[in-house]
Amino acid sequence: MKEKKENILLKLFLSFFKIGAFTFGGGYAMIALLENEFVANKKWLTKDEFLDMVAIAESTPGPVAINSATYIGYKLTGFLGSLISTVAVALPSLIIIYIISLFFNAFMEFKYVAYAFTGIRVCVVYLIASAGIKMFKGLKKTPLTLTVFTLTLITFIAFSLFAVNFSSIYFILIGGLIGIFTTCIFKCKKEVSKE
Amino acid sequence: MIYLKLFLTFFKIGAVSFGGGYAMIPLIREAVLSHGWLTEEELVDFIAVAESTPGPVAVNIATFIGSTKAGLLGSIISTLGVITPSFIIILIIAAILKNLLKYKGVQGFLAGIRPVIVALILGTAVTIGLSTLFAFSDVSVKPVPNLMGIIIFLCLLAVHFGCRLIAKKKPSPIIMILLSAGLGILFNSIM
Repeated sequence: MKEKKENILLKLFLSFFKIGAFTFGGGYAMIALLENEFVANKKWLTKDEFLDMVAIAESTPGPVAINSATYIGYKLTGFLGSLISTVAVALPSLIIIYIISLFFNAFMEFKYVAYAFTGIRVCVVYLIASAGIKMFKGLKKTPLTLTVFTLTLITFIAFSLFAVNFSSIYFILIGGLIGIFTTCIFKCKKEVSKE
Repeated sequence: MIYLKLFLTFFKIGAVSFGGGYAMIPLIREAVLSHGWLTEEELVDFIAVAESTPGPVAVNIATFIGSTKAGLLGSIISTLGVITPSFIIILIIAAILKNLLKYKGVQGFLAGIRPVIVALILGTAVTIGLSTLFAFSDVSVKPVPNLMGIIIFLCLLAVHFGCRLIAKKKPSPIIMILLSAGLGILFNSIM
């Protein structure tokens, strides 16, 4: 990279600020924009580097957009770049939502706004269900994943209806442990059969 | 101390929510309901706002809750809370553990949590659906069907499948939110 570091930092800030300010629909919509900005336009990353980044951003916890910003920022200019990119991508949300939050309750006092929200609440159910179904379609379906899926779904709904206090974090950890455990058994079996 | 509580709550959510924005909703719902920060209805309203404004849904929700509970500083702290785990984890991967995702154990962990995440999201859709459409949040209350809500839900499903059939793709979330807002105004004005 021949450009001066300060220039790159400024450009990173502007790029991520723009991406944070204009992507509707969350992380996945952002990936298309990121590719356009960093691979096609600026040519700061190769296609392969970009795909590595997407794999990492999607398999680590946290919002995909934040993960991508931290990763790309670090790849291009190190720690400072990652800090600036991460702040830049979250800043538009912070500004826009803070302003909305100041007026939200007053806004809800309007009769027609309250009416609109009786419909919008229903739409949220639809949106969450539709995101879940989309992810279910993408899930690799083996007897194990389907069993884990079904048990989690039933237990989660039952716990919620019977007001049992059980954090979803435990479900996630149990799933992870089952995954590690089965990978190990599978690996051991392979090693045994080799002997 | 509200600031510390907000930071820790969102830090925890940021650290375990694998699978992006929607995967955070079950965790956020649990946290805000158990702390009494928002009612279920307020949370659902706000998920809609977070969906129709730009930026990551999780950051939007964190900012909003922080702001309603503790003003500007609260919103900054909650946002920092939700993004800090990402920042630390990604830095570690980018700088030190470049091959982290290639380890068998890590792949096993990720494969194991995937079905759980999907189940949590669909489970949340069911529980929020039951409370929105049937006022049924737990077994201690009697379910009361919300007729208008159910009709709006059916309209949304019809549009969804209509779009899939004609345009071969899902309608965009913003279009659906606007449509449901219109239907809400229409039905409430008639009745």
